[in-house]
Amino acid sequence: MSAVCRGSLLGTQHSALSTKMPTDHIQYKFEKDHHHKSDPNLTNVDELRTEEMIINLGPQHPSTHGVLRLEVVTNGEIVKNVIPHLGYLHRCFEKHAENLPYNQTIPFVDRMDYLAAMNSEHCFVMGVEKMLGIEKNIPKRIEYIRVLVAELNRIASHFVAIGTYGLDIGAFAPFLWLMRDREHLNRLLEWVSGSRMLYNYIWVGGLYFDLPVGFEERCADFIKYLKPKMGELQRIIMENKIFIQRTANVGVLPLDLAINYAVSGPMLRGSGLRYDLRRVDNYSVYPELDFDIPIGKGEMGKKGDCWDRAQVRVLECYESIKIIEQCLQKLVGEHKRTREFDPQALVPKKIRPKAMDFYVRAESPRGELGFFFRATGNTDIPFRCKGRSPSMVNLSVLPEISRGVMLADLIAILGSVDIVMGEIDR
Amino acid sequence: MQFEEIKNIISDKIGSSAIIKEDAAQLQPQLTVDQKFLLSICRELHVNPSLYFDYLSCITGIDNGPEKGTMEVIYHLYSIPFNHHFILKVELQRTIDALPSAPSVTSIWKTADWHEREVYDMFGIKFEGHPDLRRILLPADWEGYPLRKDYKQQEYYHGIKVEY
Repeated sequence: MSAVCRGSLLGTQHSALSTKMPTDHIQYKFEKDHHHKSDPNLTNVDELRTEEMIINLGPQHPSTHGVLRLEVVTNGEIVKNVIPHLGYLHRCFEKHAENLPYNQTIPFVDRMDYLAAMNSEHCFVMGVEKMLGIEKNIPKRIEYIRVLVAELNRIASHFVAIGTYGLDIGAFAPFLWLMRDREHLNRLLEWVSGSRMLYNYIWVGGLYFDLPVGFEERCADFIKYLKPKMGELQRIIMENKIFIQRTANVGVLPLDLAINYAVSGPMLRGSGLRYDLRRVDNYSVYPELDFDIPIGKGEMGKKGDCWDRAQVRVLECYESIKIIEQCLQKLVGEHKRTREFDPQALVPKKIRPKAMDFYVRAESPRGELGFFFRATGNTDIPFRCKGRSPSMVNLSVLPEISRGVMLADLIAILGSVDIVMGEIDR
Repeated sequence: MQFEEIKNIISDKIGSSAIIKEDAAQLQPQLTVDQKFLLSICRELHVNPSLYFDYLSCITGIDNGPEKGTMEVIYHLYSIPFNHHFILKVELQRTIDALPSAPSVTSIWKTADWHEREVYDMFGIKFEGHPDLRRILLPADWEGYPLRKDYKQQEYYHGIKVEY
């Protein structure tokens, strides 16, 4: 009996489906040269010499870390020119931001740099708070929690950067080790905010929740676990002979070129400049915290090569651990949890800044993340919101440093830039 | 160095006719300059040993809409050795038949290359002297400039309905 029922039910469902599905509707008009029209090669094939050829690397290629397409002109295995083609992951962040109030833009900000959402949120929120003029009123406990979660996320982001970089040039084990440790970080942040990667945790004027009860102890345990693992990481990848041979003296970025291209973050520090916005701008509670800024010294080859950039990321993880320890100390001591503490107490009902232009910048794991706002003063929707993404600016130097290298080295250089396509294309 | 001093250096070296307007009362003061002088001002800001703006952080395009009939390009400059900021602004007239144009600063800061391409892509502002002005984020055969306030999206792109 039940079988008959099920059969008849299936039958009716099927007929309902078939009437709903349009059969005569053409969804895509196929033409052979569509993709040539939408993203044509810059290089003219007729002008190439006999021995030269164009290789299209990407947009679907594991070593481009997303949907980046590189048009590579090669002579045999020597790279003559590299032309990056962007935009395959363009999701109209700026257009969305022009149509949404500031607080509702924060989830979109998460999706820009999806590996370091906390850092992006922190920067965005800081900008809006400065426009409102409430940044001085934010309780210290909130600022310490913000820095704590941002630094946890910075470690997670650097772990992906170093792990996938090893993967690019043939080291598989470090990637798995780092993913294992990043899993702990993801779980910690999930416990804090409810989601693993895209948090929407830092709000304008406060936080979504206070830290969960017991978080400080668990986080301290994790730091105790992580410290020896960092030594392992240093030995398994940074001091690995093959890794050094693939990265030392490859893709040397001179400092003057880096500054002219406005490169920032670990790439700029890898070239030997002690420049970190956490120290330069002294925003949030960073002036109260003790940490160093690691720079590339050219230990394995020339200063500013791929090895230096990777090493700066590893050393930055150590510094982040230091910051996290100090934050935890403050969060259980001076600014400890109280029953009255409400992380949403200062969240404004209407976020309506005065009419002004404002540019805010902060150090994300990839470099200088900036947001430009224009507020008109009579609405809580920005007239214009622009995101200055560090990966995009860092990537723009790629053609300059990869002319004349071998094709395999191009992969090594691209990996050392540490791009996140979500942020480049926005 | 403060905004006033930088402004005085510009008006001394380039001439006060280059400066159109200043917003010194804002949280971040801005200087609106004549676009004819933009390139020489930028060169002065870059090479003058007391200014030395070596780092171009960001270039932003803004469309003020057809009622106001203007567009803006904003340059955020920063000097690493002196740790000072400066914001330059250029105002352009919205023209219907031709694209508005501004001088390109790629010859001074190479980073301007992709920033200017993005402004061109989103606002349809041409940069004179740019080596390779193509669309950067959108497909090359996309119609219109999406961040303009009067933008209407095309109905179909390669036979795919654009509106969702």
